[in-house]
Amino acid sequence: MRPFARRWNPRLVFGAIVAALLLGCTLFAAQLAPHDPMDQDLLNQLRPPVVMQGNDPQFALGTDELGRDLLARLIHGARPAVLVMLIGATLSGLLGMCLGLVAGYFGGWMDAAVSRTVEIFMSFPPMLIAIVLAAVIGPGLDTVIIAVVVIGWTRVCRVIRGEVLAMRELDFVASARTAGVSHLRIMFHELLPNLAPLLAVLFGLEMGRAIVTEAVLAFIGFSSSDVATWGAMIAGGRAYIYQAWWIMALPVAVIVLSVLGLNALGDGLRQATDPLLRR
Amino acid sequence: MSSGYLAKRLLLTLPTLFGVIVIIFVLLRVVPGDPIAMMVPPEATPADVARLRAVYGLDKPMWDQFLIFLGALARGDFGTSISLKQDVFGLVVGRLPATLELALVSIVFSLIAGVALALIATHLRGRWPEWAIDGFNSIALSLPEFLWALLLILALGVLIPLLPISGRFDPTQQLGLATQFYLLESLVRGNFTLAADLLPYLVMPALALSLPLIAVIARMLKSSLQDALVQDYVLFARINGFSAGRILIRHALPNALIPAVTVAGVHFIFLVGGTVLVELIFSYPGVGNMLYRAAVYRDLPLIQGITIAFAVLFVLLNLVIDLLYLVINPRVRHS
Repeated sequence: MRPFARRWNPRLVFGAIVAALLLGCTLFAAQLAPHDPMDQDLLNQLRPPVVMQGNDPQFALGTDELGRDLLARLIHGARPAVLVMLIGATLSGLLGMCLGLVAGYFGGWMDAAVSRTVEIFMSFPPMLIAIVLAAVIGPGLDTVIIAVVVIGWTRVCRVIRGEVLAMRELDFVASARTAGVSHLRIMFHELLPNLAPLLAVLFGLEMGRAIVTEAVLAFIGFSSSDVATWGAMIAGGRAYIYQAWWIMALPVAVIVLSVLGLNALGDGLRQATDPLLRR
Repeated sequence: MSSGYLAKRLLLTLPTLFGVIVIIFVLLRVVPGDPIAMMVPPEATPADVARLRAVYGLDKPMWDQFLIFLGALARGDFGTSISLKQDVFGLVVGRLPATLELALVSIVFSLIAGVALALIATHLRGRWPEWAIDGFNSIALSLPEFLWALLLILALGVLIPLLPISGRFDPTQQLGLATQFYLLESLVRGNFTLAADLLPYLVMPALALSLPLIAVIARMLKSSLQDALVQDYVLFARINGFSAGRILIRHALPNALIPAVTVAGVHFIFLVGGTVLVELIFSYPGVGNMLYRAAVYRDLPLIQGITIAFAVLFVLLNLVIDLLYLVINPRVRHS
């Protein structure tokens, strides 16, 4: 076992910083934000960030068309994003992992049933499923989470199934079977630990995708309308793009950073946990 | 090509299509939310609702409803849009050319840029262009089309206003075209000034869709080019004194293309799916943009028609890509 410090690679550090910032904003939004994200100030509409001409130092990153503080809205917007990301990615990861394990391990009709279902779900563009679900169920954060799970589990399931399919032929599975270990125990005690590095990458990717899905549905107007969301900020900023481009640029930049950070976190975790990659 | 495989592959699309139809049926009918409540205006009376329920057969058991639904689909009857009061089939077919043209331009973009980047990175390997291209690839791959579309609007539409950020053509202009394939038709007719007017509208949406695919093709092709370059036939060509550029393009490229094209096929499906959002962001009048309208108005028949159209398109594209793969790669014909 190598010392823990050596496991920190640049990707893991970058990912961890982004994740910590997201979590910090989620937990302490009320303390961190300089204003109430919903407070309108009609005398201070479309103020630019402090680095530009015509700013008001009271609003560090400027204000939107209703004079709401952009920094406060960005910080509070992390809440729905992180909520959807954690719950959505966990549920779709668990569902995809379990079905992928069962399909890959048992094969036969179970594999056929799971694989065919995945194939059918993959016959739709993922964002089409998300938008249709949101239209049918109605707007809200729970809708967004359902959409994330419905479009996310298939990707995890397909990768895990393929990996298990190859792994079940290995000797350690055969020896566990001859030793009389139950199928359930083999799946969760023998196979699962070997899948951990792969699951870390998939989880990182799914978290990034969940944030994007949340932003897309909020952009269209299908997320919760009671809280500030990055997607709603983008939609609002799009209407004023020629007068005040930063209203749209700021949430886009935050989402881009979050996605890159979460992907890096998954990759970094894999590098840190995969004995084959860690020489 | 073995006809047995072909028949099997064709037969396999049937259960998938059936599953797709079942999912759409279940999604739009069993999920909470009453389809009739979605259709009627708020001032409708309970009697109106009951009458509509009978008209649409929604008072019958679920199984009968499914058979009615299947029968209507088989006759090509997709119902009437509630918000637009027009035949759904006609609406979707009318918008499809715009979406297909966008997808086509995107795949052409991706192939040209992807192959070019791979060739440059391979030819100049070990020097800075290779690192630059590798860096570009990993960033292009990690962001989805939604974010690329917004970043492009900010960069090329607003900060450096080079390109139009919405629509498909200048609305003040008379196009005088017979089909909805504006760019293709203007090219076929030899009207290159019109094509040059139309192309700027496609650049940003197509680029937003292509960036991830460009990266996939460039990465795959680069690695298979590097495998090809250490083969004996390349060594032989080098001994014969052919230039490095000629060896790369005439000898290594044809052999390296097969794996790249295979991966490109799979990602092309993702690209077509991406049109849903990209059309919405650029107000591009295709099927995806119509989905947004249908979703906001909760226009159930239109949502259903668009969903089926995309699913059929996906299943057909998958089929075509599988068959193309068989044609270009002799080694898998019997696997």
